[in-house]
Amino acid sequence: MDESSSPLLEVSGLRKSFPGVLALRGVSLHLQKGEVLALIGENGAGKSTLMKILAGVQPADEGDFRVYGKKVSFRNVNDAMDKGIALIHQELNLCGNLDLAANVFLGREPTKAGLIDEYEMRRQTEKFLSQVGLNLPVDTLAESIPIGKQQLVEIAKALSCNARVLIMDEPTSSLSQKETETLFEVVKNLRSKGISVIYISHRLGEVKELADRVTVFRDGENAGELMQDQIDHDNMVKLMVGRELSEFYDRQVHNPGKPVLSLKNLRCPSYPQHPLSLEVSEGEIVGVAGLVGAGRTELLQTIFGVTPALGGSLQISGEAKEIRNPRTAISVGIALAPEDRKQHGLVLPMSVRENSSLPSLQRDASRGWLNENAERAVTQNAVKSMKIKTPNYEQMARFLSGGNQQKIVLGKWLAMSPKLLLLDEPTRGIDVGAKREIYKLMEKLAGEGMAILFVSSEMEEVLGMADRAYVMHEGQISGELSRDQLSEKAIMNLATGNLVAA
Amino acid sequence: MKKNVLGIFILLVAIFVITAVINPKFLNAYNMQNLIKWSSLYAVMSLGVAFVIITGGIDLSIGSVVGLVSVVLSICLKLEGMDPWSAIGITLVLSLGIGLLHGLLITKAKVQPFVVTLCGLLVYRSMGRWLTDNQSIGPMPYEEDAGYKNLEQIQGLDFLFSGKIALGSFNLPTPALFILVLSIAAAVFLRRTIWGRYLFALGNNEEGTRYSGIDTDRMKILAYVLCSLFAGIAGILFAFELDSVQPAQTGEFYELYAIAAAVLGGCSLRGGEGSVLGVVIAAAVIRLIYNSINMVGISTHLEFGILGLVILLGVIGDEFLKKAVARKQAAQKT
Repeated sequence: MDESSSPLLEVSGLRKSFPGVLALRGVSLHLQKGEVLALIGENGAGKSTLMKILAGVQPADEGDFRVYGKKVSFRNVNDAMDKGIALIHQELNLCGNLDLAANVFLGREPTKAGLIDEYEMRRQTEKFLSQVGLNLPVDTLAESIPIGKQQLVEIAKALSCNARVLIMDEPTSSLSQKETETLFEVVKNLRSKGISVIYISHRLGEVKELADRVTVFRDGENAGELMQDQIDHDNMVKLMVGRELSEFYDRQVHNPGKPVLSLKNLRCPSYPQHPLSLEVSEGEIVGVAGLVGAGRTELLQTIFGVTPALGGSLQISGEAKEIRNPRTAISVGIALAPEDRKQHGLVLPMSVRENSSLPSLQRDASRGWLNENAERAVTQNAVKSMKIKTPNYEQMARFLSGGNQQKIVLGKWLAMSPKLLLLDEPTRGIDVGAKREIYKLMEKLAGEGMAILFVSSEMEEVLGMADRAYVMHEGQISGELSRDQLSEKAIMNLATGNLVAA
Repeated sequence: MKKNVLGIFILLVAIFVITAVINPKFLNAYNMQNLIKWSSLYAVMSLGVAFVIITGGIDLSIGSVVGLVSVVLSICLKLEGMDPWSAIGITLVLSLGIGLLHGLLITKAKVQPFVVTLCGLLVYRSMGRWLTDNQSIGPMPYEEDAGYKNLEQIQGLDFLFSGKIALGSFNLPTPALFILVLSIAAAVFLRRTIWGRYLFALGNNEEGTRYSGIDTDRMKILAYVLCSLFAGIAGILFAFELDSVQPAQTGEFYELYAIAAAVLGGCSLRGGEGSVLGVVIAAAVIRLIYNSINMVGISTHLEFGILGLVILLGVIGDEFLKKAVARKQAAQKT
């Protein structure tokens, strides 16, 4: 086997479709030994799908896989592991009730006479933990260590399986700045030992610091590649969105009207020790940035009454309201397009019609009888105004693409004419075309005077869409940035707990 | 007719025809009347539990509610000499109260439906036995009970709940009329009102339904109330049908027949699916299987075995059908 001429890993012509959506349209990617390759692209570009295929979690529809020039096929995770490819999941998969040694060797415990060889397991675990710079006792319970260290344990686990390619999907999305730095040290160290890393991130600053090469995906296709000396923010963004930024995020500045939502010392059940205050006015698009786990989703859920506030005041158009559940929130003119669209936004096994009309059924009913004309009208309106692509109104929501599903969620709320629209990761898992339509819709609604508060982990989205942004860190609002102050650096500083905006 | 309802209907016809061919006595009027009567009684309970299963819940107390209601009704009429319509009213209020209690325990105290209704099964059964000192009792006076109060009215009720209406030479059992009215009401409720839609929605995705502003707790309580109400109506029908209620036995295991019929009729225990017509036909299939086993001359010891296999195969067939339909829909690419 000639290890020098062929790349360690090479895939080409990879295609994958899901019901209603073509996720990968023939992408290719190659990786050298000891290389850190960053894979970037907007939500829905196909990065996560590719990673799952590489790690054997899902099969590809078609495509050519080679390891050192030799054709291979991955039917399951074990096949990929055999070739030394390991995925470090975005959500960590450690068993909290087991100690570190048991986690590292879960399912592969060394045995002696049919019993677990504890001594050997501990010895080996210590070795792998030290490779990732962890010097914790191996009998520490996994749940007792912070998330950044748990991630390092996951990496140690991959190394113990002789991984030579580590796939890291948004590894820093819930890490503090300190933990992020530690992770970078580990990654650089592994690279020097000849281990390759595929690094997926939305944080272009990190990519610039870490990557030897960048591959950009857009809408399920290769959009371009940047060598180390070409890696800079503007080049990456241009390839990601495929056009100039100003064109993609077509924003006009509206003069904000009267305040629609004002929170004063609102206490969310998730972080009751940190009262939150913020304001959103008519015609304003306000972003909420921060790391995963900073309490942004929980804030929206409290405003919408899913997890009612423990204290503080919430005013809608100047009137104090007590919001105990989503029903009362809707009755005062609030709508939420939730982050978890499949669990919270839609009833997947029901049709486009039944989903579109769900919130407005009661309003349109008389004495409880379904008003089928009104229902059809609401659906027709949603499908037309949102340009939902569906063969007919009776199609199950499950079989539509992420973009069309999100449009149903928005469509069903627009039928309720809300004053305040809450959007939680509005473009997650959505293709570029639908994404642009959603941005246009946000712009249009703001132009008509709606107040919009959106949470996004995608830096470009906050920079592109927000008139103003709040940044959250561990349950508190660590800062507020006006449009002029918005920059990736300023957001990251506040998001990771450096309270001085740059 | 929807495809899965068509499937169960074909099963009904097939067993019917096979049995009739093997034993022509199966078709005689007396046997048919009995079959219709028992199918109707089972279908009332099955429809009730379908509401709960559609929400993704379960009710194991149905048989005990049937037992308790028939005991209480008999006591009111026979021992208390109560006005018959008041007695009916009391039993219906009792069933509604039981359903409300189940619903509140499940939604507010967050106890799992299986546990709540399993405890209900035990409690209502023993209440019935305690109230009667475990002696059999019936709503109708025995012949020696001269001077029985309200005799005429009670006989009127007996005709209403377990009488026969002559249609030419065929005597239609009155429970058939009950199931006709109740199933139309249930179908209209499920398909034409917002509450029916909410039950299906929350059965498919409770959180998603709550996020759309629907009071899912209230809808779940409603489902349990309807379930117990239907069980109560079945209890009244059974009391008049049986004449003699055994506090320890009447209604025993009926919840399992009801659940079996609901599942065979197209309800998924995962919630969110079900059709009234399918459930009614499935209840008839279950009674028909019993009857066929007798008519064809198969050992009655095999009753449960055959019933179990038919339900299992029916549900597997239904899953295949659903997958095929889903594939077809998925193929309609956007």
